[in-house]
Amino acid sequence: MSTLLVIGVDGLVFASWLFLVSVGLSLIYGVLRILNVAHGSLFAVGAYAGASLVVAYTQGGLWPPGTFLMLLAAALASGLLLGPAMERGVLWWTYGREPVLQLLVTFSVFLILEDATKLVWGVSPYYAYQPYQLLGQVRVGGVDYPAYSFLLLAVAAASGGGLWWLIRRTRFGRVVVAVIHDPEMSVALGVNLSRVYVATFALGAVLAALGGAFTAPMISVVPGIGVEVIVLAFAVVVVGGLGSLEGAAVGALLIGLVRAAAVHLLPVLELFTIYLVMAAVLLVRPMGLFGRVEARRI
Amino acid sequence: MTHRTRAVAWAALGLLALAGTLLPRWLVFLLALALAKGLAVLSVAVLMGAGLVSFGQGLFFAAAAYAAGFAMRGWALREALLLLPLGAGVAVVLGAVVGLLVARYRDIFFAMLTLALSMVLYGVLIKAYAVTGGSDGIRIPAPTVLGLQLSGDDARLLVYYLALASTAACAWAVSRYGASGFGYLAQAVRDNEVRVAYLGASPNRTVYATYLLSAALCGLGGVLTALNVGHVDPGLSYWTTSGELVFVAVLGGTGSVLGPLAGAVVYELIRSYAFKYAPYAWQMMLGAAMLLIILFIPGGLWSPVQRLWRRQAA
Repeated sequence: MSTLLVIGVDGLVFASWLFLVSVGLSLIYGVLRILNVAHGSLFAVGAYAGASLVVAYTQGGLWPPGTFLMLLAAALASGLLLGPAMERGVLWWTYGREPVLQLLVTFSVFLILEDATKLVWGVSPYYAYQPYQLLGQVRVGGVDYPAYSFLLLAVAAASGGGLWWLIRRTRFGRVVVAVIHDPEMSVALGVNLSRVYVATFALGAVLAALGGAFTAPMISVVPGIGVEVIVLAFAVVVVGGLGSLEGAAVGALLIGLVRAAAVHLLPVLELFTIYLVMAAVLLVRPMGLFGRVEARRI
Repeated sequence: MTHRTRAVAWAALGLLALAGTLLPRWLVFLLALALAKGLAVLSVAVLMGAGLVSFGQGLFFAAAAYAAGFAMRGWALREALLLLPLGAGVAVVLGAVVGLLVARYRDIFFAMLTLALSMVLYGVLIKAYAVTGGSDGIRIPAPTVLGLQLSGDDARLLVYYLALASTAACAWAVSRYGASGFGYLAQAVRDNEVRVAYLGASPNRTVYATYLLSAALCGLGGVLTALNVGHVDPGLSYWTTSGELVFVAVLGGTGSVLGPLAGAVVYELIRSYAFKYAPYAWQMMLGAAMLLIILFIPGGLWSPVQRLWRRQAA
């Protein structure tokens, strides 16, 4: 029974992290039909920005809980800066060309950003453990957990909920849904497509950076952290169905729980659980759990 | 193959054969590495000919290299002419299994699925420390060619000529493939898959077969790389290795056989200098170069030359 509880809690925490790093990828794919390989780099930039802001803030000796605001500010700043720059500066040139080509373009951006972070932040690690330490431990079912894990859960839930509200309950969201279903018709009805694209891409970038910023206190921020993230995020999004927000949530939950179960019951498989889940889901449902089958044009 | 391409190919082969004796040894070593990688790049280009971008060729690259490594250490098999088919065979068998899954997918899905699978192999290689030596990899002794065993620099020269011969043979084979009905079918799948299906051919089967061909090529490249470097490590299967192969294919252009090979040589030369002078800005330059090529010379660096020839021929 207690193992089950531990697996549930671990799985949920890992799932919320997975959701945070992958939902932006799915959002961008849903609207722009581009798989953003540079998503992992945006994550890394968010992590670096968050870590360096927290370090600077703590050295200033200011109100300690303010470090959480610093993480949020870092995510917003890096996402809002890099997202529109990348969309307007690079992707804008590739609309209407083959998807594979767009994939290569985002891969180039990934390469550029990977070195840009090294040039800006150097190669030595950053430690921003203060927010993590601040919250201390929580006891759940006789096991101690870092309270920060639950903060992560809250952040994931808040971003998921906020996104749901934005897409389903606001005017902007309705426009986005219209663009997802039929870009040409939306333009004919007066939607400013390029504005929707910039806004969506910026939002996706902020979500990636948010994932990075809130991951920073749990790890040592070093070059190369973004590389793994894109592979994980893609696996999650594919399991759920590319472009589906509910899919990202369900995919994250599924992978998170299966991985937690593997960690506790079959540690050898831990590394492969994500890919096993992905392969299993794809064998049964090639479009992912929530994906739509698309008509093929002759 | 036009008559002009054939002339260029023969000239390149002759020059490279001479280069082995004339150039300084470090440069010959670099060229051998470039040719080995050129085969892997060619395997990416073959897939691109069918409209597929694989971000996971590292799977075959590493699997074949490790197969050669195990054979050398476990069975004391040192004959390169046996190791090459062994590596290619392992890659093809692996491709036959993996292909069952990935041949159903196209575009982004194909790219990312192949990527994920190569990362699975990376995980296995890292984790199975007892067998693979973990992230340290395994050391590979110098091979023999037709029983001929040399040491030191001469051994490297031998591997260079082996790489040159294999690359030339593969280049010829791939150009024959491109001119065959099967090659045209792959091209047709790229252009319009639904029409191919309506004409009675199976797109999935074509993709599957093309995938096997590319696995074999990439496996050969992997074995040659292992013999060249004398060492294999899990990095061969890491997705950035595969990404590099895609990059070189785009750089050289995928429309021809010579493009990817020339791209590999140019890339390897530039890389050795860029690594030395700009270790932290090197990937950035790569990325910027790739962006510029994709946006302005979508056919690759070789394509303007081809266009010029075509204009002259007309």
